[in-house]
Amino acid sequence: MTARASREAAVVVRVKIPSPLRSYTGAAEVTVAVPVLAPELPPTVGGVLAALDGAYPGIRFRIIDEQRQLRPHIKLFVGGTLTRDLATPLTSESEVMIVAALSGG
Amino acid sequence: MTRTKVAARPAPARRIRLLVATRKGLWTLTSDVARNGWKLAGPQFLGHIVHHAVCDPRDGKTWLAAARTGHLGPTVFRSADSGRTWKEATRPPAFAEAGGRVVDHTFWLTPGHASEPGVWYAGTSPQGLFRSADAGATWEGVAGFNAHPQRKAWCGGDQDGTPDGPKMHSILIDPRDRAHMYIGMSGGGVFESVDAGADWRPLNKGVRADFFPGPPPEFGHDPHCVRFAGANPDRLYQQNHCGIYRIDRPSDTWQDIGATMPKSVGDVGFPVAVHPRDPDSLWVLPMDGTSVWPRTAPGGRPAVYRSRDGGKTWKRQDQGLPRSQAWWTVKRQAMTTDTRDPMGLYFGTTSGEIWGSRDEGRSFRCLARHLPHIFALEAWC
Repeated sequence: MTARASREAAVVVRVKIPSPLRSYTGAAEVTVAVPVLAPELPPTVGGVLAALDGAYPGIRFRIIDEQRQLRPHIKLFVGGTLTRDLATPLTSESEVMIVAALSGG
Repeated sequence: MTRTKVAARPAPARRIRLLVATRKGLWTLTSDVARNGWKLAGPQFLGHIVHHAVCDPRDGKTWLAAARTGHLGPTVFRSADSGRTWKEATRPPAFAEAGGRVVDHTFWLTPGHASEPGVWYAGTSPQGLFRSADAGATWEGVAGFNAHPQRKAWCGGDQDGTPDGPKMHSILIDPRDRAHMYIGMSGGGVFESVDAGADWRPLNKGVRADFFPGPPPEFGHDPHCVRFAGANPDRLYQQNHCGIYRIDRPSDTWQDIGATMPKSVGDVGFPVAVHPRDPDSLWVLPMDGTSVWPRTAPGGRPAVYRSRDGGKTWKRQDQGLPRSQAWWTVKRQAMTTDTRDPMGLYFGTTSGEIWGSRDEGRSFRCLARHLPHIFALEAWC
């Protein structure tokens, strides 16, 4: 399933979760409902993280810092495209993949 | 504040538990009553970078652990049942959104005053002071420090300082007066507050800062570890980047007590440990601060140095420790004492060994090995 509008003016988004964050979700993949505030304001990646935090409290701060920036070793892919911009809009086919990438010991 | 000493009695003969915070998780090392046999348990939070784990002496069962991973942002875990189950803070230490600063990790945890159960303080990297009033569930910045107009001048930039980031450490709460606090910062120096953190003033007179030109500045120093002198909170000891110091309040000038260390060993190190009942007794663990600063045991021959007279003289204690080729590094949070009589002294190395003495440093033996890089040891009984 990919993003789709629901009757509650929300988009349901599939999110792939990396192993370092599965202590929150308990699953490698979850779906979250991202509210659509207005037709001209499509949901964004930032909205997905807020929805994730609502469902799994604390997860957002592990991904982005207090200045709303992605943490250095976290990558976000929206529909297969890398982005670091939390304002990236979701399309109706969007799937969000969170990747935790770290090398070294 | 009232200038009195604090009564301290030896802990009854009970087992000792060490909380072992490492670069790869949290372990516990628990003794039998004789402190002869030791049992390692763990890991918890395997793979997490645990900078500090502390048991609350006010209830004996609340543990807090400051953790992050290589990927993920910093958080605080808390246990109300001596480490059996853990919950994550719902609001970990974080700077104000508008300020542009980012907490890299929480480095130091201090339980609050005995009259304020549930209150904890945290020091972060870069330098920030945070307070929790609910046993670590939620944290608020202490604006009197974090938003102080001189904060940046005191601390320098957030990228300055020690190799793994500038940090606030050694948060000390006067046991006689909850509003009276000290903090240490690398870099920044030692600061004092008499109004529960609403305002701060530097307390660095007499301390060298060899990395600055000219006479020592008012702030910008590099204290590595600051401790109250056991039962006398009017005395503090400090292992600094540039020597070992003692201050006896209300004096505002530190005395250089490292000058009497053997010249071949020097006065560089990270931790300082104190006797819980004898304010004249302290221990340092020298590191090589020559040439390019290896920060290893001088000559590969580790030892602690004890003073029984407030730093006037020192005695080498190395019985049981390796005699050669032991190039240990011991970090600032990684040496601690228990409250038994005779007192136990413990330290952990970055190469993952824990060494302990149950006779106040007269003899040591290895209690655990093969652990990850040890950041901190805290003893509890």
